[in-house]
Amino acid sequence: MMDPKLDLLYRLADDQLILGHRNSEWNGLGPILEEDIAFSSMAQDKLGHSLQLYMLLHELGEAEPDTVAFTRNAPQFHCCQLTELPIGEYDFSLIRHFLFDHAELLRFEALANSSYEPLALVARKVKGELKYHVLHANTWVKRLGTATEEAITRMQAALEFTLPYALGIFETTDAENEIISSGLFIGEKELQRRWEASISKVLAQTALTLPDLRLLTPVAGGRHGQHTEHLQPLLDEMAEVFRLDPTADW
Amino acid sequence: MLTQAQILDWLQAVTDPEIPTISLVDLGVIREVRVEEDGGVYVRLTPTFAGCPAMDYMRRDVETTLKAHGIPRVTTEISLRDPWTSDMVTDRGREGLRRHGLATPPKLNGGLLDLDILEYAECPRCHTTNTELRTPFGATLCRAVHYCHDCRQIFEQFKPI
Repeated sequence: MMDPKLDLLYRLADDQLILGHRNSEWNGLGPILEEDIAFSSMAQDKLGHSLQLYMLLHELGEAEPDTVAFTRNAPQFHCCQLTELPIGEYDFSLIRHFLFDHAELLRFEALANSSYEPLALVARKVKGELKYHVLHANTWVKRLGTATEEAITRMQAALEFTLPYALGIFETTDAENEIISSGLFIGEKELQRRWEASISKVLAQTALTLPDLRLLTPVAGGRHGQHTEHLQPLLDEMAEVFRLDPTADW
Repeated sequence: MLTQAQILDWLQAVTDPEIPTISLVDLGVIREVRVEEDGGVYVRLTPTFAGCPAMDYMRRDVETTLKAHGIPRVTTEISLRDPWTSDMVTDRGREGLRRHGLATPPKLNGGLLDLDILEYAECPRCHTTNTELRTPFGATLCRAVHYCHDCRQIFEQFKPI
């Protein structure tokens, strides 16, 4: 079993790094200028959050943040598979952002009370910023989820495709019991309960239907280094400059 | 003798790299200034947003400015210990933001950052609150974009957080 702190931090940091990079792929491609800027800004926030978390890992004896971010291969990553999927169409990216950031805001609100004080400090900072991400997601889910028939059909299809991956956010590891008993975090099960309530409240204001989550099979594996074929090419691209010249400044 | 007040006064010359009308002291990102026994100075900064790419510039500008005043040793630290909130912007700082054409963040006074607060902004041109949040993400992480229904113009706001 990995040390509970490291286990938790790697999952948090890798989610931020990978989804941050995926969000940045909307740079220059957003359906409207404001969305281009929004996804790019959220990318910048998430990379900033991942850096804070990799710095905590470094304080605990892990390698430098850049080394940790840019030299590992897919099987050494602990992100959930939801974060690594290609950006696809805007409906998918938006629904992923909605499902992920609702969980993320609740996660960091809970982590603000973590018994591990350095993590609680980072969480108190990050949770305020995540409110803007959730506000953004809610605005667009409500707007498109009540718009034309085409919009509603596409958003519903994206929701149904994405939900099994979103349930993979809450995949646990061997360290789960210790993480909860030592007060590091409330645990994935409790987080999922809060998340369901949170997304249901928004979806209820739209024409979208939340399927019965108990009937879905979560796409798990990410927390244990099992990833889709999409992660390694992303890592290769992210690390291209670093691998050519680790001292490059850009 | 070198005092904290003197250092803070010198640091008034160090402005936000993108908003030249506000000093880092008035922005609230300088959280602590301490004169050490050996005459060195310690300055603690905190980012407005965790992913702020300007932190290294701010840190460098603080060091350069204090060294130009003859401080032999300047130590800076970037820390989240005392995390930034928009309430840390001083009144002079808020005036500086307005001079740059930016709406100021509403005071939170320790209260919750809820939707009403995120959507509220006073137009920096005509001062009406007949405005609407267009997008919470602007040209930099710390700015949101609003629309003034009276001026019929877009304006930027320094985000409440």
